[in-house]
Amino acid sequence: MSTINTQTLPLLEVQDVSKYFGSVIALKDISMKVYAGEVMCLLGDNGAGKSTLIKILSGVHRPSEGQYLFEGKEVHFTSPRDALNVGIATVFQDLAMIPLMGISRNFFLGSEPTKGWGPFRRFDVQHANHVTREELSRMGIQVRDTGQPVGTLSGGERQSVAIARAVYFGAKVLILDEPTAALGVKEAGIVLRYIAQARSRGLGVIFITHNPHHAYPIGDHFTLLNRGRSLGTFAKSEISREELTGMMAGGEALEELSHELAEFARTDEKAAATLAEVAREFGAEAEGLHVEQLPAKFTGSEQQYADQLPPTDGEGKR
Amino acid sequence: MSVITSERMLRTNPLRRLLVRPETGAVAGAIAVWIFFAIVAGGSGFLTSRGVSSYLSVSAELAIQAIPVALLMIGGEFDLSIGSTVGATGMIIAILSTQFGWNIWASIVVALIFAVLVGMLNGYLVIRTGLPSFIVTLGTAYILLGATTGITSIVTNGLTVVNGIDQAPGYSSAHAIFASALGGGQQFPIEIIWALALVALATWLLLGTSFGNWIFGVGGDAHAARNIGVPVTRVKILLFISTAVCSCLLAIILDVKFTNADVLRGQGNEFYAIVAAVVGGVLLTGGYGSAIGAMFGALVFGIVEEGIVFAGVNAEWYKAVIGLILLLAVLLNSYVRKLAMEARR
Ligand SMILES: Nc1ncnc2c1ncn2[C@@H]1O[C@H](COP(=O)(O)OP(=O)(O)OP(=O)(O)O)[C@@H](O)[C@H]1O
Ligand SMILES: [Mg+2]
Repeated sequence: MSTINTQTLPLLEVQDVSKYFGSVIALKDISMKVYAGEVMCLLGDNGAGKSTLIKILSGVHRPSEGQYLFEGKEVHFTSPRDALNVGIATVFQDLAMIPLMGISRNFFLGSEPTKGWGPFRRFDVQHANHVTREELSRMGIQVRDTGQPVGTLSGGERQSVAIARAVYFGAKVLILDEPTAALGVKEAGIVLRYIAQARSRGLGVIFITHNPHHAYPIGDHFTLLNRGRSLGTFAKSEISREELTGMMAGGEALEELSHELAEFARTDEKAAATLAEVAREFGAEAEGLHVEQLPAKFTGSEQQYADQLPPTDGEGKR
Repeated sequence: MSVITSERMLRTNPLRRLLVRPETGAVAGAIAVWIFFAIVAGGSGFLTSRGVSSYLSVSAELAIQAIPVALLMIGGEFDLSIGSTVGATGMIIAILSTQFGWNIWASIVVALIFAVLVGMLNGYLVIRTGLPSFIVTLGTAYILLGATTGITSIVTNGLTVVNGIDQAPGYSSAHAIFASALGGGQQFPIEIIWALALVALATWLLLGTSFGNWIFGVGGDAHAARNIGVPVTRVKILLFISTAVCSCLLAIILDVKFTNADVLRGQGNEFYAIVAAVVGGVLLTGGYGSAIGAMFGALVFGIVEEGIVFAGVNAEWYKAVIGLILLLAVLLNSYVRKLAMEARR
């Protein structure tokens, strides 16, 4: 039994959290626990409320209803600063970067290293440049000039800077909102390795992605959001890669696609043979993955969920 | 890896690097207008120490407001109330020292506290309402102007100018600090020192401290800055306080220098300060600029305003020239910003 196994207190927990924007119900009655040394994958369609949930966790939004507990104590973060101060660092979907500012100034914005004393305390630019260069090269990004405006970086480079920053400042919890969206295969692999490293250092990681090939190998638990509500949390051992892929694609969506293709095939004689074949395949796949079959697993009891800790499946570990 | 990146790196042209500094345009502009007036008005006193003193004095008075305004604009906000703040704080000092017989230092302290409150009010209103600071501070500007005129009129039985500050206790020490002249017979006013001290302080703040990094951050993208842990509200309110306090400093200097206060003093400065900041390379959209640039912007302004007087044409022409320079500066700034975003590619 590892140390994680004996740990019963979640690092971070939300209970029946709801968030309303005016009349929009962005989140309704979400409960979720994240333990130290585990990766929680947040899954869901566009607009499901994933970013809203992590913005509550990172102090950007305050929940309209419900409780937020950090290390067992209820917290009321009034700004992202509060969350950072307890060790929660976030890579936001919009990256939170200032385009006109240089890389190292962005890297340390809000958490500048200082030297000197009293009124002569000053921003230690050299140290900032040094750390930035080092952290980025560990991510495989060689910067020519740490003063280069972030707005001139490529999308993937910018994402890497944001991730390196969060990894550097996240002492206890690392939250990543679609961090691999703009990354190449190699860079995405580096990010996944970072997540695994953070987990083995005992951090709790919350990872949002639309890519099942990224989610499945790294995730210990999966929480599925749908139109602001939680469809449940389940451990990796409860679900196969195919089921996960099906859930993320949405079984219904696949079925619909097969109907569309079949319809298309009828109207085009020449392509009929091949397309009908494709349609049949999609139909079969949709059948196998239909969401209707899954709720039994999603609604797995709290006890069952607790029993699953830590993940018995070692595939996510390096 | 490093081999690959160095292959992909073009040599950066040092001239181009110089060009993307925010203050380069203003330095070049100051040299250009100086040469122009040295030729046009050199024979009629522009180059004498009286001439130099006159444009340095105008520039310094403007810089005292333009430097904090530049910081505020880099932080993404405007303050149109700084002109009225000069009138209001100047009148507080004059009324307390002449009508109530206060020691001038005590009235200065009250005026400074008042300025801090004005800055806090501006900042608080802008943050709370989420409205553009352009409109919010225009509102406080009129409130200040109207209230100053009204209250002055009540206290002094209908005056708008209050004289006799030199009769107040403590005037001579205040004169030494705020209105004395430097360098023997040459009348180089001490406000030049104040302006230079301010630009040094502002530059150190902007480039050397965490607070400076936050100013760039909140001006570049306040939302992103907040998300990454910058106390955006605190930064903006402090910047509004700094514009108000520096306006009060200017009011003190002018009160002591002229030994009177005028409710209309400072009117128009809110725009001159923006002109100086923009000529100095500050981006209207925030997030980019420098205090040194604003100082050179103020110098351009001073040279043009005084140079025209020495050139012997109608003094109001300076406004036309300043307007032209402003337009050129805005064009140059947008070009430089484009360069800045490309320079290191
Ligand atoms: N500040 C806001 N004001 C009003 N509505 C909002 C706000 N933020 C989010 N919403 C709404 O809440 C819902 C959830 O949005 P959210 O950004 O959390 O989705 P998401 O799951 O992250 O989607 P995606 O995968 O596209 O990033 C959306 O319908 C969105 O319009
Ligand atoms: Mg999102």
